[in-house]
Amino acid sequence: MNITQAEYGELAKKASPNTKSYKTIPSAFVVGGGICVIGQLLFALYRDLGLNEDSATTLVSISLIALSAILTGLGIFDNIAKFAGAGTLVPITGFANAVVSPALEFKSEGFVLGLGAKMFLIAGPVIVYGTLASIFYGIILWIIRLF
Amino acid sequence: MELLFSCIRAFVVGGILCSIGQILIDHTKLTPARILVAFVVTGVLLGALGIYTPIVEWGGMGATVPLTGFGYALAKGVKEAILEKGLLGALCGGISACAAGIAAAIFFGFLVALIAKPKEKG
Repeated sequence: MNITQAEYGELAKKASPNTKSYKTIPSAFVVGGGICVIGQLLFALYRDLGLNEDSATTLVSISLIALSAILTGLGIFDNIAKFAGAGTLVPITGFANAVVSPALEFKSEGFVLGLGAKMFLIAGPVIVYGTLASIFYGIILWIIRLF
Repeated sequence: MELLFSCIRAFVVGGILCSIGQILIDHTKLTPARILVAFVVTGVLLGALGIYTPIVEWGGMGATVPLTGFGYALAKGVKEAILEKGLLGALCGGISACAAGIAAAIFFGFLVALIAKPKEKG
């Protein structure tokens, strides 16, 4: 069968399942917002325990990372993510899941090139480009401050 | 009462950021990995331009928990380090500010991978 790339694109579009944005966006909003509310409640708790704002913010991230890691290990995270879409991906929970999930999956390939390397399959690029962007910002800021 | 309002603000800001991610998933060909990268880099950019600070002040954890908040923390760390250490701060400010998050992901990731059983492939 000879078809052009444009025709193939049309066919692929027809064959792929319709994404129902009227369903996916509200679930992403509610779950993602809900995760941030859990964060806000933890923040209030840590502030009550006497931590300063920066430490409490950091501890909220750590708590949510630990929670996501445990839920990923129990196989529960994937079930929530299926429903929530970007609701679990965009918060720090998505980053934690992206670290734990390949680490677990590739454990059988050994501790160094399996668990150790695959842990950064997705987290790696996130850290690389985030850090690069921050370095460029730092250099620009430094130059601006010279004048 | 203040706690309730801060939770509502966090819900709104976090919800909006996740909805933007969902729109990207539904209507573009961006993979989840690319969306995560885009959110972090956007966070650095908005942090650098001073746009993200008021969002954090209003939305609290709704702004810091999503990955844009990770980018914001990188930018904030670099800014503070530049003021303190000069050009060296461009290199050490960002990762220092995010060290706890990255180390926590490695630590809990390792522990869970050690203990849990990989999912059976069906």
